[in-house]
Amino acid sequence: MTSSISHIAAPMIRRKRGISVSSWTFGIAVVVALLALLPFAFVIWATIATGPETAYRLIARPRVGLLLANTVALVLITVPICALLAVALAYLTERTDMPGRRLWAWLCITPLAVPAFVHSYAWIGLWPSLHGLGAGVAISVVAYFPFLYLPVAAAFRLLDPALEDQAASLGLSPAAVFRRVVLPQLRLSLCGGSLLVGLHLLAEYGLFAMIRFDTFTTAIVEQFQSTYNGVAAHMLALVLVICCFALIGFEAVLRGRNRYARLGSGVARLAGITRLGRWRYAAMLLPALVAVFALGIPAYTLTRWLVAGGAKIWRMDEIGLALSQTLLICVIGGLVTVLAALPVAWLSVRKAGRSSRLVESCYYLASSMPGVVVALALVTVTVRVALPLYQTVATITLAYVIMFLPRALVSLRTSIAQVPVELEQAAASLGRSPGRALLATTVRLAAPGAAAGMALTSLGILNELTATQMLAPNGTRTLAMAFWALSGEIDYAGAAPYAVLMVVFSLPMTWLLHHQSRKIAGR
Amino acid sequence: MSFLKVKGLHRRFGSVAALDGVDLVVASGSRTAIVGPSGCGKTTLLRMIAGFDVPDGGTITVDGVVLADAQNQLPAHKRGIGLVAQDGSLFPHLTVSDNIGFGLDRNFDGREKLVSELIDMVGLERSMLARKPEQLSGGQQQRVALARALARKPRLMLLDEPFSALDTGLRATTRRAVTEVLVAAGITTILVTHDQNEALAFADQVAVMRAGKFSQIGSPREIYARPVDAATARFLGEAIVLPADIADGFADCALGRVAVVGGARTGRADIMVRPEQIEVLAYGEDGKDVTGMASQIDFSGPSYDVTITTDAAAPFVMRLSLPSRNVLGEGDRVRLRVAGAAHVLSGPGSQ
Repeated sequence: MTSSISHIAAPMIRRKRGISVSSWTFGIAVVVALLALLPFAFVIWATIATGPETAYRLIARPRVGLLLANTVALVLITVPICALLAVALAYLTERTDMPGRRLWAWLCITPLAVPAFVHSYAWIGLWPSLHGLGAGVAISVVAYFPFLYLPVAAAFRLLDPALEDQAASLGLSPAAVFRRVVLPQLRLSLCGGSLLVGLHLLAEYGLFAMIRFDTFTTAIVEQFQSTYNGVAAHMLALVLVICCFALIGFEAVLRGRNRYARLGSGVARLAGITRLGRWRYAAMLLPALVAVFALGIPAYTLTRWLVAGGAKIWRMDEIGLALSQTLLICVIGGLVTVLAALPVAWLSVRKAGRSSRLVESCYYLASSMPGVVVALALVTVTVRVALPLYQTVATITLAYVIMFLPRALVSLRTSIAQVPVELEQAAASLGRSPGRALLATTVRLAAPGAAAGMALTSLGILNELTATQMLAPNGTRTLAMAFWALSGEIDYAGAAPYAVLMVVFSLPMTWLLHHQSRKIAGR
Repeated sequence: MSFLKVKGLHRRFGSVAALDGVDLVVASGSRTAIVGPSGCGKTTLLRMIAGFDVPDGGTITVDGVVLADAQNQLPAHKRGIGLVAQDGSLFPHLTVSDNIGFGLDRNFDGREKLVSELIDMVGLERSMLARKPEQLSGGQQQRVALARALARKPRLMLLDEPFSALDTGLRATTRRAVTEVLVAAGITTILVTHDQNEALAFADQVAVMRAGKFSQIGSPREIYARPVDAATARFLGEAIVLPADIADGFADCALGRVAVVGGARTGRADIMVRPEQIEVLAYGEDGKDVTGMASQIDFSGPSYDVTITTDAAAPFVMRLSLPSRNVLGEGDRVRLRVAGAAHVLSGPGSQ
């Protein structure tokens, strides 16, 4: 009899506890997802509120056609160039005996530490008359190619060299092996990286505003600044969101459903190194050229302005204030974003299922929205529904959570996945309640991942300009905002210290990004 | 009719000599197995023949043409040498049909027909042609890999432990199927493996490799019965090595008086007897057989393991695996007899 009682009672208790922890977590995850989807709801609401006739009148005009042409041309030219450059650089740094490969790999990632609008500022400093599509493409390439270089280089490291050997033994020349075996396996990372670059191009404001190249984002910000929160801005936002969806859909089609992972068991041998022979030194020209444009130009311009400005541009009171405000907002934003990502990160590892995947994809979709749309949505919602929250730290933090949550999620998930679930169970068997067992084991052990996620989120916040400008509480002046205001007044020398500070604080986080991409690649 | 000739091949990785002067001759249409413990250099040799690695010294010749020496190497894709790797290395992004036809000219008219013939040849259903590699079992993947390599009618086929990732049962059937296909196609084949049973079952010629050198090359039966030294003997299977006094074609040892082959040698030397040569008989006082006692019996179904200690003043201890027809008990007394001849190992005898 006793055995049958325990048989019935034990599962009941266990099931009840299971529901309470994961359903709480799931509830929080859903609330965060709903908040993240706020910008969508806003765009849909704005379209309905505007009415079809007004909407049509506002969208079907030459100005929008011009913006669309600019934006499409920018994406269609920049992304392929970035992809080509990324594949060439990744191949040279990962698979050849080019001298100084590790150093060049570093130099290929370091441009990420320079905010896009600082790239623009540096080029303007060198060539003041720079403007238009050509300039936009050139600066975008140097500012964004690392987003493609990182995943492509990681994919190169993961390729199974046995497949390439196999193709050679089947009579394929090295060029044919690259085309028929290597490239198809790079497809996933090329697609993912291209999407990222494309979304950045759609969302970027500062880079293009500085060289007077009009895109949807610059137009929306201008509208917002001139007519505050008008219907015209809302309709531009609608078109921009549609562009983002088009890009996401296009990527999904290109990516396909093919499997590219290695078949079979065991660990792949390290990939072979191609000997470049007499091209060994000539090969360095490509990364050197890229480094000159992506790092040399910002370094040169900043140095020139620092020297020209001398001591008087270091107004320590203003710079100190901007720095402390920036760091504070980075810490708050980073911390809240990691906390918001924690429930879904835990769910996606421990209770993976359709609902957790759905919630997760909401975050990814929400984060693909340009900062300007997020800001517009939050401005509208706070002004109309919750005025006390307008231009508060809470609102801007929510914007950061929406924009940067996936960064925290990726880091968290990797480190939670490394904590064996048995530890949670062991803690529970030692008398901890499920919630406290979770805190004592997984949360504690996933702390490095949380720190990395926080750092990556902070990097995004540090260099964020568009949404910060539109949402920041009165009197706030972050490094990016101060830099933007000063360079807008053509005080290029005065802006230089702010740019330098942003680069200095971004550098260690770029290192982290590099480290993480290698770790995900397993090397 | 030597087809592949490897001569004095050297290769160093840092301070380690992976290949330390390797010579090998392979006859046209034959099957050679290269067997050795992991790290002995056998995969390096295979990769060098395929063209993925470069020798520091020595030559590789196929059909009278030098493929590689320390100065010049014909690139892998021009060698016409087929390869089936350990896990098949099927291209994960292509269907079975595209995998098999991968090495064929894309404008070749008979492509589809040839692919269908190849999949018949390796004994798979034609309906599998549309599948992706991940939808196949391990054994099926290996057969597709073989079909893919056969498509180009290679002059030499290299098999790099192609069966080791398969389950025990599947391993034997896949091995037999692959052997049949290769024999039917008349392709010269080299198999690299660390599994001595596989090597002995597969090949006409077995080359035993140790520390970057071949310690012995010969037919499977020859090297099993007459290994050059104790290490080679033990690598190829269980071996009982005992010191003996040899004279007039007989050896006096702990197992009594045993006939030896290769009998020019006299005096003290080590001899080797395979455990299956030892007959364990019921105890009886008659005859001059060596006697002993059974202990440490581990029963495992069809066979059982038993330790037998001889009754001599300096007892000799050996562990045998015997069929479970009549299982001995702990402490049972037995008579021992050696069937067939013992093999005299070269080198000085141990004391």
